Amino acid sequence: MNELVHGILSPQFFYSILRVTTPILFAALAALLSDVAGSTNIGIEGMMLMSAFWGVMVSAWTGSAWIGLLAGVTSSVLLSLALAYFYLNLKTDLVLAGIAFNIFSSGATVFLLYLFTGDKGSSSSLKSYVLPKIDIPLIKDIPVVGDILSGHHVLTYIAFISVFVVQYFIYKTPLGLRLRAVGENPDAAQSVGISVKKIRYISMLLSGLMAGFGGAFLSMGYVSWFARDMTNGRGFIGLAAQALGGHSAFGSMWGSLLFGLAEAASYTLQAIRIPSEFTNMLPFIFTIIALAIYARSKLLQIKKIKEEEKKA
Amino acid sequence: MRNKMVLFEVVRTALTIAIALLLGYLILIFATDDPNTAFKWFIYGPISRLRRFVELLNRATPLIFTGLAVSIVFQAEIFNIGAEGQLFFGAVAATFAALYFPQIPFLHVIIVLIFAMAAGGLWAAVPAYMKAKWNASELVSSLMMNYVAFYLGLYIINYHMRDVNAGFLVSYKFPRTAWLPRLLRRYNLYPGIFIALGFAILVWFFLYRTKYGYELRMVGKNKEFARFSGIKVENVIIYSQIISGMVAGLAGAVEIMGLYKRFVWQMTPGYGFDGIIVALLARNNPLAVIPAAFLVAYMRTGALIMGRMTGIAPEIVMMLQAIIILLITAEAFLSFWKKRIIEKAAMEQEEKK
Repeated sequence: MNELVHGILSPQFFYSILRVTTPILFAALAALLSDVAGSTNIGIEGMMLMSAFWGVMVSAWTGSAWIGLLAGVTSSVLLSLALAYFYLNLKTDLVLAGIAFNIFSSGATVFLLYLFTGDKGSSSSLKSYVLPKIDIPLIKDIPVVGDILSGHHVLTYIAFISVFVVQYFIYKTPLGLRLRAVGENPDAAQSVGISVKKIRYISMLLSGLMAGFGGAFLSMGYVSWFARDMTNGRGFIGLAAQALGGHSAFGSMWGSLLFGLAEAASYTLQAIRIPSEFTNMLPFIFTIIALAIYARSKLLQIKKIKEEEKKA
Repeated sequence: MRNKMVLFEVVRTALTIAIALLLGYLILIFATDDPNTAFKWFIYGPISRLRRFVELLNRATPLIFTGLAVSIVFQAEIFNIGAEGQLFFGAVAATFAALYFPQIPFLHVIIVLIFAMAAGGLWAAVPAYMKAKWNASELVSSLMMNYVAFYLGLYIINYHMRDVNAGFLVSYKFPRTAWLPRLLRRYNLYPGIFIALGFAILVWFFLYRTKYGYELRMVGKNKEFARFSGIKVENVIIYSQIISGMVAGLAGAVEIMGLYKRFVWQMTPGYGFDGIIVALLARNNPLAVIPAAFLVAYMRTGALIMGRMTGIAPEIVMMLQAIIILLITAEAFLSFWKKRIIEKAAMEQEEKK
């Protein structure tokens, strides 16, 4: 038991929360950026996977982690634009199209991995590169806080900075306003001259961008290789985290941190011989409970408003 | 006009498959020096030997079950995509029943199947209840339930029913009374396919010939209208998902009882998501699920045989399946033709007057 308390209260534990939260946070922001404009991007999982794959491949070919990142993010954005095309131009059901894109990415990455490396499980035979970790001056010298906040992967910082950028973008810029207008009421937005289609394309593109960063983090930071289906549901967890936080980037961040906490705790619990199957299950059970609580409170809210309307 | 619409859907489906195959061929040109040989194995492989055809039959079996399961919820316009978890947990429950229940011939098989159905139904009941009671998104909750089923299932198998002498992470072998027996001496054909066909007819009867099935379809067509006409929509939301879960639960159990005679999965087999493709191809019609499942199984078997013969990764077939989903659900694909059929029918009616 002592071991457990020690493990959870250590700076390393908090450090690891931020680390495992990173891909979930990117996914949640991706979900948010599509959701404010009224489209549910189920394809985040596949976009992340694609980005993780191309990040590793291109970094191995060019010898540069940054070009790898660029390639990964580009692949994810292209995928999101393709999804938007099917959704907006060909009128495909967005959820089913998203599922199709996930299946496609899962198959395509394994197929290409085998074609390029002769290996079907992972890219460990390739020499690929990872993005650097960053020490923050001053903060790194503060005891405990420095251990927690400094020395993270560059994309971890980008993720948390993105929270502020996305929040500002959605609520303080003209384009953000249009995104929200389209999400709230597409017909009304159309009637005042906003092109719903164009705005939804933009929102999908931004969503793909965030998913791309999340995927690149997995294969070029979290670990240094690509493995088949390595996203392992993080895209979906991101969707759930965003659902918890509503239409706020900060809400998405808190949601993601909750899942990060559950995941980090599962590693610590593993150290004291609680079966890994059991600890891996925790975040998912957590999501279901959180979703139930969230849905219930929303329902009560609606009921309350209706009752007040009756009184008035 | 109705006949023409059916024809339209058939042509559309055929064209979709043709485009997917063409794309598959293009990918092969890209991936290998000898695309013709590879493509030949892909198309001709499943019918080249009786053994391979039996392989195809066995592969179609779980897809029929999951295709039916997905069709039921899709007919009610419910996006429960938890068939994957339901079948996995169904298989775990089947393993439990197979190992620990008294070995009475015939009856044992029935008990194992009932356990699998109960577990699948139970698993589907959670998102169903959350949807009906609190309007929680069944899409997210059913997805999460898939992961819970996977990890909880692996925990139960690996820690409580694992056969340590097997050398792999598998359960103990089932007693003979819990097997679905081999039907042919030389080929690994088991009765799963017939059970699946039976269930396709059962589900069809349920959806189109019973009051409950009628209510389910009404809710799918127009929820508010169904509510006004006195249907208890919440009940429909719950029972449609539970019945779907029960059918999905069988998919896993039947396969392990027939093919492996023990629990063997360390990864989810993916039949749940395949079920979505099957249901889409079949336009959620339980009888059309049968040829749709055969088609998907055919592609899968063909890709595997191609992989064995030429060393190309069979995952290529996943890309083709994605294309099929996209083209079938894309309303704009061939919509001009559909419009013409409707317009023509309207004109004819106008003339009759």
